[in-house]
Amino acid sequence: MAERVRVKALTPPGHVRVPWYLRGKTGEIERPLGAFHNPEQLAYGLSAEEKPLYRVRFSMAEIWGDAAENPNDTLDAEIYAHWLEKVVIHAA
Amino acid sequence: MPHDHHDHDDYHHEGMSSSGHPYRADNDGPLTYWQRMEIAVRELLVEKSHLIPAQIATQIEVMDARSPANGAAVVARAWIDPDFKARLLADASAASREMGFDIGPLNLIAVENTADAHNLIVCTLCSCYPRNLLGLPPDWYKTREYRSRAVREPRAVLREFGLDLAESVAVRVHDSTADMRYMVLPARPEGTEGLSQEQLASLVTRDSMIGTGLPRQP
Repeated sequence: MAERVRVKALTPPGHVRVPWYLRGKTGEIERPLGAFHNPEQLAYGLSAEEKPLYRVRFSMAEIWGDAAENPNDTLDAEIYAHWLEKVVIHAA
Repeated sequence: MPHDHHDHDDYHHEGMSSSGHPYRADNDGPLTYWQRMEIAVRELLVEKSHLIPAQIATQIEVMDARSPANGAAVVARAWIDPDFKARLLADASAASREMGFDIGPLNLIAVENTADAHNLIVCTLCSCYPRNLLGLPPDWYKTREYRSRAVREPRAVLREFGLDLAESVAVRVHDSTADMRYMVLPARPEGTEGLSQEQLASLVTRDSMIGTGLPRQP
């Protein structure tokens, strides 16, 4: 089963490559992409450390709720690991 | 006669060129902030001997020479060569380089259209596009309208492009938010069994690799 993750609902200042419409949304890891220099530092010419990057798949229902055109359509986006938190599913 | 318009009179309208069109205004307006910034950075790089102007001109020529034809060649090969298709879907950068395309540091992912799924590429944050393979993006790709609507109502956007997908076909939108770039591997049109790789490539449009269109029918 794919790993479920939630995008952190943070609002830091500066250059961030996590779209607003995905913050706080839950999806599944589609594939790991390797590590890339953190754009949040790179954008300012700072020496940017490498951070793991993932492709995360969200359902349109998760993103847009009842306004989704088709709830089962999907959206994939690349999100850095430091913006993701594991979703723990508690047993009933 | 330069044009075939039917409504030209024998005299020229005031303010119109001899071919009956309005004169285009000279671009004498003030420079924008970013135009000034580009000139300043370019002149500094030249002044400090990091670059010579010929290198800048050459790089512009290299970028202008890239076109959707490069991507079309990759798609056509994938249609006729199952092993290549597997390599393309596993690592599209390596597969493009294998075909001889100098794509620089491009990290490319190919996503496959099937009978059950249609893929659409967008960059909501800016204008990320696989330029090193497909050349410059179309202007509409960079508009706020396309960038916002492609993720919110992709099916409505696709209908405006002339593509009315059945509800049974899943739409998979890909937002290029970070380091990867995307191209769609469109489904091979039916009735193309006898075509050569070059003939197949001529069916592959730019929009079919963005996902806003389908390949041409032969």
